[in-house]
Amino acid sequence: MSFLGKLSIDAIPFHEPILVFTMGAIAIGGIALFALITKYKKWGVLWTEWITSVDHKRLGIMYILLALVMLFRGFSDAIMMRSQLALATSGAPGYLPPEHYDQIFTAHGVIMIIFMAMPFMVGLMNIILPLQIGARDVAFPFLNNLSFWLTASGAILINMSLIFGEFAKTGWVAYPPLSELTFSPGVGVDYYIWALQISGLGTLLTSVNFLVTVLKMRAPGMTLMKMPIFTWTCTWANILIAASFPILTAVLTMLTLDRYLGFHFFTNDGGGNAMMYINLFWAWGHPEVYILVLPAFGIFSEIISTFTSKRLFGYTSMVYASGAISILGFIVWLHHFFTMGSSANVNAFFGMMTMVIAVPTGVKLFNWLFTIYRGRLRITVPVLWTLGFMVTFTVGGMTGVLLAIPGADYVLHNSLFLIAHFHNTIIGGAVFGYLAGFSFWFPKAMGFKLNEGWGKGAFWCWIIGFFVAFMPLYVLGFLGMTRRLNHTNNPDWNIWLYIAMVGAVIIMFGIICQVIQLYVSFRDREALDDKTGDPWNGHTLEWATSSPPQSYNFAEIPHIDDIDAWTDMKEKGQVYQTQASYEPIHMPKNTTAGVFMGITLTAFCFAMIWHIWWLAIIGLVGGIAVFIQRCYSKDVDFYVQPQEILATEKAHNLSASKGNNA
Amino acid sequence: MSTVSAQIDTKVVSHEHHDASGDTIFGFWLYLMTDCLLFASFFATYAVLFMNTAGGVSGKDIFELDFVAVETAALLISSITFGFAMIAAQGQKKGWTLNWLLITFCLGASFIAMELYEFTHLIEHGNGPQGSAFLSSFFALVGLHGLHVTAGLIWMTVMMIEVARRGLGNATVTRLSCLSLFWHFLDIVWICVFTVVYLMGAM
Repeated sequence: MSFLGKLSIDAIPFHEPILVFTMGAIAIGGIALFALITKYKKWGVLWTEWITSVDHKRLGIMYILLALVMLFRGFSDAIMMRSQLALATSGAPGYLPPEHYDQIFTAHGVIMIIFMAMPFMVGLMNIILPLQIGARDVAFPFLNNLSFWLTASGAILINMSLIFGEFAKTGWVAYPPLSELTFSPGVGVDYYIWALQISGLGTLLTSVNFLVTVLKMRAPGMTLMKMPIFTWTCTWANILIAASFPILTAVLTMLTLDRYLGFHFFTNDGGGNAMMYINLFWAWGHPEVYILVLPAFGIFSEIISTFTSKRLFGYTSMVYASGAISILGFIVWLHHFFTMGSSANVNAFFGMMTMVIAVPTGVKLFNWLFTIYRGRLRITVPVLWTLGFMVTFTVGGMTGVLLAIPGADYVLHNSLFLIAHFHNTIIGGAVFGYLAGFSFWFPKAMGFKLNEGWGKGAFWCWIIGFFVAFMPLYVLGFLGMTRRLNHTNNPDWNIWLYIAMVGAVIIMFGIICQVIQLYVSFRDREALDDKTGDPWNGHTLEWATSSPPQSYNFAEIPHIDDIDAWTDMKEKGQVYQTQASYEPIHMPKNTTAGVFMGITLTAFCFAMIWHIWWLAIIGLVGGIAVFIQRCYSKDVDFYVQPQEILATEKAHNLSASKGNNA
Repeated sequence: MSTVSAQIDTKVVSHEHHDASGDTIFGFWLYLMTDCLLFASFFATYAVLFMNTAGGVSGKDIFELDFVAVETAALLISSITFGFAMIAAQGQKKGWTLNWLLITFCLGASFIAMELYEFTHLIEHGNGPQGSAFLSSFFALVGLHGLHVTAGLIWMTVMMIEVARRGLGNATVTRLSCLSLFWHFLDIVWICVFTVVYLMGAM
């Protein structure tokens, strides 16, 4: 075994023009970014205020930044797939050879679920949840920083696979025996395993952190049934993470043992059983889709009630419906493989459980409709996303109920009908939700509102593009086209593949609108400045703080008497009042331990992927050493002094009263 | 009514300090529940695969109950001795805390040594984890537990150094409580391993 394990110069894909071009673009972009940061002397700020920050608001912004970068990467994969399929019709080979195309669809799935949707959801939760419950930070601020860097490590690993070696060609589920060493001898599946393991650990720590935060750190008076609905849906999602991610860790560990040490969990020989992987994978994988969509439901609820200036209709039923969805989400996993040999009765049970989930989801939809009923809905960008969601998600839900019928699933399984269905729910549900939350809470996080015109443009491109891109896939599914095809030779399919390609381009225009929106809003940030901290006349506590919020969030922890705590305080006239003096506030100090652990564990994973054993040992031992060192550091906290608090609060309250009079 | 709000207010004051010991122990509890699910996944896999011996050995052929009984006894007694260490720590008796921790460490280390002996013995006789799905799931489940105990031993070493150098402050006792939870948790998992894997396998 050589010094660098399996890694050699041959691992760099110089023979692939597309990859060489990508590497060039990354290099140029990286150098430009490096030069800009150096020119404006921002390295110090970046390090002390962001990379080492334990502030949940800053970590949230970094999560969302990561999600947006990975959205570009994942969308590039998507548009490559659509263009390949539009070109490779009637027997033409297209421009992506199968071994490259297979990596692209695998990467697209993994990136969009694990490195776009998850960080986006965790980022929004980070920024908003502690503010909504009147807390000054999360329960374990260092752990929060560490979670972010573990997630980022996973994202770095998956991008390294572009340059060194390859990514998995197995589809994002990596089913054995295909993902076993016999059939996937390259490093692709190993990248998949380690990227998911390390980011999964980060996600698990996040869930524990936020569960303790919610259960132990709520403002006085805020009983569980007075928690804002977004906090509730995030809490359900965190329960699901804590209950399902260990299963993913377990199943990936078993696959690792099979691949690295010749175990026989899922192999064809030696008594292995591939179905065990498939069952365990979906015992995680199905709850995972509810982890993604439940917080989005919470976002829609907040937006609908804010922009109708009404209380949310059926708050209690919303909380229980989310709980019902969480529990049912654990007993439907088998519907992902109705065709793989279960008896008719087993299939029938899981089919019925799947259909039952439509009931609590329907409850939610009616609650939103009844909230709008007789309200005055202000048609802003967040509301547009919400209305778009209500239409799109309902369509996706209904095709889901179709697929839940085992008999129908035998026809539609693995066809493009399924692809259309889950994009219909994930884009229409989760992604629209996060984009709604992005525009809703952007002023809170950044201090200025987003430009409405470009935001509306982005919405219309996204939703029109979505329907143009995915409705043809339902048709193609009925016409018998299966997923993961590299090229086709059926004239009946061509027209639908062309239309889908047009849809993807329209979505691309939506993303371009969003980039322009960010640029224009940043340019006009003076005019869009949010002086009050409460730009939408909000209902919940996050709007009680300035925009962006004070580092300590609340100078005094408010007492809560109502679900819509901030509305209640405004009605009682208890807002924007500066006290004569303040108590000092105890806050955590920033730490370098998280980022160093991220670096050492990335090195560990990279070394494991390439069998560089010495580096793996150094990485692992280094990571543990940094952790222990951090545990024994006494220099972890400080007090914000009363004068500083007084000055900050005075400035905010003055600016808020001015803003309200203007 | 006023007493209720007064109670709530005192609760808040204590929450102003991050990493308050109650939060830490509760957070660690939650982590242990996720760890429990990790073990559950490996147990489920063992239950599905234990009959897939691929024509090789089964549990009946390789388990030596007398040996495992001694191993089990070492781990169970170490839970009791850790309990004594915690009593000493609560009473601020530094010397006794260290002594009991050392005894616990020795018992845990003997458990690991015996497990390693069992594993090498099996591998030398050609019954390594590559032999069959049964052996794979056996080695993985028992090995996962062993890995946890090893992590516990490393943690215990760090804790002994901490107690010796910093004494029994609040933060240290909180950490000892977490380790104690971890150690007892591993004990309970081992009881399940002993029952499901060894006893039911040898019958």
